[in-house]
Amino acid sequence: MEIGYYPGCTLKTSARNFERTALAVLELLGIKAVELSEWYCCGVNFSQVQDNLMLQLAPLRTLMKARDSGFTRILTLCTMCYNTLRRASLFLQADEERQRIINDFMDRGAASYRGDEVTVIDLLTLFREIGISEIGHKIGRSGIDLKVAPYYGCMLLRPREVAVDDASDPTIMEEVLQSVGCQPVAYPMRIECCGSYQIVNEPAVVWQRTRLIVESARQNGAEVMVVLCPLCHYNLDSVQLEIQRTDSRFQTLPVLYLTQLLALLAGIGEGNDWSLHSVDPRPILKAKGLL
Amino acid sequence: MAEKIILTHQKINGPDAEVIHEISGVNVFACYQCGNCSATCPAVDFMDIPPHQIMRNLQLGLVNEVLNTKTPWICLACLSCSVKCPRSLDIARVMEGCRNLILRRKYEYFNIHTLDSETRLKLPPIALIANFRKNLL
Amino acid sequence: MRKIGVFVCHCGINIAGTVDVKAVVDLLKDYPGVAYIQDYKYMCSDPGQNLIKTKIKELNLDGVVVAACSPTLHEATFRGASESVGLNPYRTEIANIREQCSWVHHDKAAATAKAQLIIKAAIEKVKLDEELQPVKVPITRRAMVIGGGIAGIQAALSIANSGYEVVLVERQSSIGGHMAQLSETFPTLDCSQCILTPKMVEVAQHHKIKLLAYATVEDVSGFVGNFKVKIKQKARYVDWDKCTGCGICMEKCPVKVPSEFDEELANRKAIYTPFPQAVPNKPVLDSAHCTYFKTGKCQICKKLCPFDAIDYTQTDTFIEEDVGAIVVATGYELYSLKSLPEYGGGKIVDVIDGLTFERILSASGPYGGIVRRPSDGQVPREVVFIKCVGSRDPENHFPYCSKVCCMYTTKHAMLYKHRVPEGQAYVFYMDVRADGKGYEEFYQRAATEDQVVYLRGKVAKLYRENGKVVVTGIDTLSNRMIEIKADLVVLASAIRPAAGITELAKLLKIGIDQNGFLTEAHPKLRPVESLTAGVYLAGCAQAPRDIPDAVAQAAGAAAMVTTLFARDYLYHEPIIAGVNTDLCSGCGICVGVCPYAARSLNRSKGVVEVNEILCEGCGACVAACPSGAAQQKNLTDEQIHQMIKAILT
Repeated sequence: MEIGYYPGCTLKTSARNFERTALAVLELLGIKAVELSEWYCCGVNFSQVQDNLMLQLAPLRTLMKARDSGFTRILTLCTMCYNTLRRASLFLQADEERQRIINDFMDRGAASYRGDEVTVIDLLTLFREIGISEIGHKIGRSGIDLKVAPYYGCMLLRPREVAVDDASDPTIMEEVLQSVGCQPVAYPMRIECCGSYQIVNEPAVVWQRTRLIVESARQNGAEVMVVLCPLCHYNLDSVQLEIQRTDSRFQTLPVLYLTQLLALLAGIGEGNDWSLHSVDPRPILKAKGLL
Repeated sequence: MAEKIILTHQKINGPDAEVIHEISGVNVFACYQCGNCSATCPAVDFMDIPPHQIMRNLQLGLVNEVLNTKTPWICLACLSCSVKCPRSLDIARVMEGCRNLILRRKYEYFNIHTLDSETRLKLPPIALIANFRKNLL
Repeated sequence: MRKIGVFVCHCGINIAGTVDVKAVVDLLKDYPGVAYIQDYKYMCSDPGQNLIKTKIKELNLDGVVVAACSPTLHEATFRGASESVGLNPYRTEIANIREQCSWVHHDKAAATAKAQLIIKAAIEKVKLDEELQPVKVPITRRAMVIGGGIAGIQAALSIANSGYEVVLVERQSSIGGHMAQLSETFPTLDCSQCILTPKMVEVAQHHKIKLLAYATVEDVSGFVGNFKVKIKQKARYVDWDKCTGCGICMEKCPVKVPSEFDEELANRKAIYTPFPQAVPNKPVLDSAHCTYFKTGKCQICKKLCPFDAIDYTQTDTFIEEDVGAIVVATGYELYSLKSLPEYGGGKIVDVIDGLTFERILSASGPYGGIVRRPSDGQVPREVVFIKCVGSRDPENHFPYCSKVCCMYTTKHAMLYKHRVPEGQAYVFYMDVRADGKGYEEFYQRAATEDQVVYLRGKVAKLYRENGKVVVTGIDTLSNRMIEIKADLVVLASAIRPAAGITELAKLLKIGIDQNGFLTEAHPKLRPVESLTAGVYLAGCAQAPRDIPDAVAQAAGAAAMVTTLFARDYLYHEPIIAGVNTDLCSGCGICVGVCPYAARSLNRSKGVVEVNEILCEGCGACVAACPSGAAQQKNLTDEQIHQMIKAILT
């Protein structure tokens, strides 16, 4: 199966490990993700402003280009891109007046866009389509004994209309982990915000959030945490070392993209630049025989 | 104790309140002050007044007081409040409304030049762009 | 010697946890008169009752003692079991070893000893118990409803539609009550008069309902099934048989009097009907304001009446009605603003109560439904509503919640905004209690759609200044003091029982609670009955309530009345105090102490006689009788002596 693929900016830079391992895993599962020939930065954060449509131009232009390339569905790996693109198309679909104004701003001669021509999906939804047992069958290993804390964050679950699973009690990541032979760890902070972009302005917020989330996972026995969002990854991973610098009792927890773990389970060793990790995951991966 | 409020129809429905309503599309009068937004907010510890108090102040027409707080700038747009609100009010949009009202007055909350270059290089683009989107116009 | 069966209940561990039941059985098995004794886990269960029945038949027992819980719970159960196998139920007694023993002690040995004594006393009582038969009472199948508001109307219609005659007594000249004054009703905003007047007309047309308007209850005697009620028909000075309700008298009468119905915002005439849809739609003449009655001159109404219906010579008359049941539905009045000095004491014209605002909102009201304020007729732009005025204030006014204010204030604020969209409504509140069907949604609609600003706090003071009413309060949600210069202030003042309720309750021998409302027989299980058999309660006379609740309660009271009427006879407990005529000296002391007027002195015979139907078996006469002639059946002095002896020896 072929699907359009929107990478977004970070997947080409600090989240390279995510992109490489995800594409490799998808290939193993029989999915060919075809990168869009023309795409723009989505804006990262969906603009919630109701009266200024200009803030929606970037994500919508990307979707128009995808349609023009003949795609009816596109995949995003980054959850922030997913959230922004998906909400932008819903925002446009909801109102004909909005469609009229937006189309006025698009390239001369471009066919008008309604918002529903291209569907945006995320990796977990694609996994569900492929079938959780199918993933387990193709990737799973027995005897791993790895306790994994799945971390959802915000953008896959909120707002409700774009939630990829039950917004207050999701299970999809746990299902995937279980199917491939890992032990998902239940802990209360798995859908709590990591502090997001305040890493720039108010890093104290991110410090507090990271500590709360990591300690919660640790206390419940996690040996590694998996995420799907490059910003969550940066916050939860890099800040741990800063916390440890001020508090030596703080115990770190390696943070991986879910696809990094799946690739290793499938025996795909390449594609990881371990220098992009602050907390080195190699010791635990080696101990479990994954490296 | 904070200053006494002299309430009038004009104060409650003042032009700034109207702008926040237009930007956010949220009818703040539907809020019944259950406090769930504040209870669930991950950044509430860093705010000077909690989200439900922002809603209350807007109901009472205290727009300037709201705009003088740090709260909208601390908001993470994580939508925990919006999902939890029993009146299905998108409180995060109200925060966006407050931020935008200020930004549209040609005020930039955040200046990229205040970041040292080491930090700037270390941060991933996703963090910087998200931050610009919330704090600049 | 009697053959008595004793049955001792464990009540799970309720009794057996503290009382050694097996030991009790063992200790009493040889007690004189005990033919059989047995314990069982739950005597009230079917197997427990069957044990009693079997043993009565098998051993031919002529007395039973069940040692178990309080007789208020299962006396009827066990007496019924005995009766079903032919033992007179009054020969079955309860020995209360739970509430009066196991539940109040910890020491097992002492509790076991005490349980044994309680059972011994009961055995001694049964030995002297007579076989008794319930007292049979005939029923008059005709009801009276006092009060013609929505509750009284509903009760009267429900009873009449069941086929029984109803006498409906209303002290105003029209039925309808306060509901007739309301503009629209929450939470559906139906026009109040539109939904009420069809019911009023149904009353007027109902051939089973005798409507006595402009009349009051003066005296009540008798008892359930057999009441005699004396009613005063106040002088109307209009012969209603001749009057057609053409209205010429009202039109031409030169005297203007502030209208009670319009809360004094408009005038009526000295000869008037309270409102155009009045039922009966016939006027009465208010002699206190009539020029003819004051000066002997005028007589315009008499001269102009085409039917010669005006009769200045009319006087109050008295009517007596025999009824079997009475429903009291006398309704409410609002707590007077004069009693509220903190809110202007009724002296600030633009500070009004809820009913006054209803008249302002009403399309048929004094301002034709345009919201104006009373002082200058201006349309108010800033309106403050204050809830819990006099209610929930045990220190200064009343402790209870008036129940309807939350919703009617919400409705007021909403209707105000509908009429004056550019205006602002504020509600000062302590809580919003929206517990009825559709009420919470209604309240949220007012806040959301009509942007009514709810301020959580009580208003401390208000005063007049430059044509405004300055209201000072706090909003505890924002912790800020609030000041509003209001054009109009509406107070949701407390619901009070209607004037005259105390006197009426005395006539009916029914109770009144500490707040002046009528007392129900049981707050949960008998909410529409009074403690006096045959007298039922409906509407705000019992407690503040809204229209749906008042209607439901009235229908419930009516169902109780028809339940009563469905029987051929009433049966009365035979545990009553008789007279031993050999001992009675005719001193009459007992007649004075009897609270139920059941005893009377027969002067010709020189002895006291008892109306067995009225006697409630309280025993006051027994205690008062100096000669021992008054004896309570199955609670004779001799029985009590034997019981005490059993305990003390």
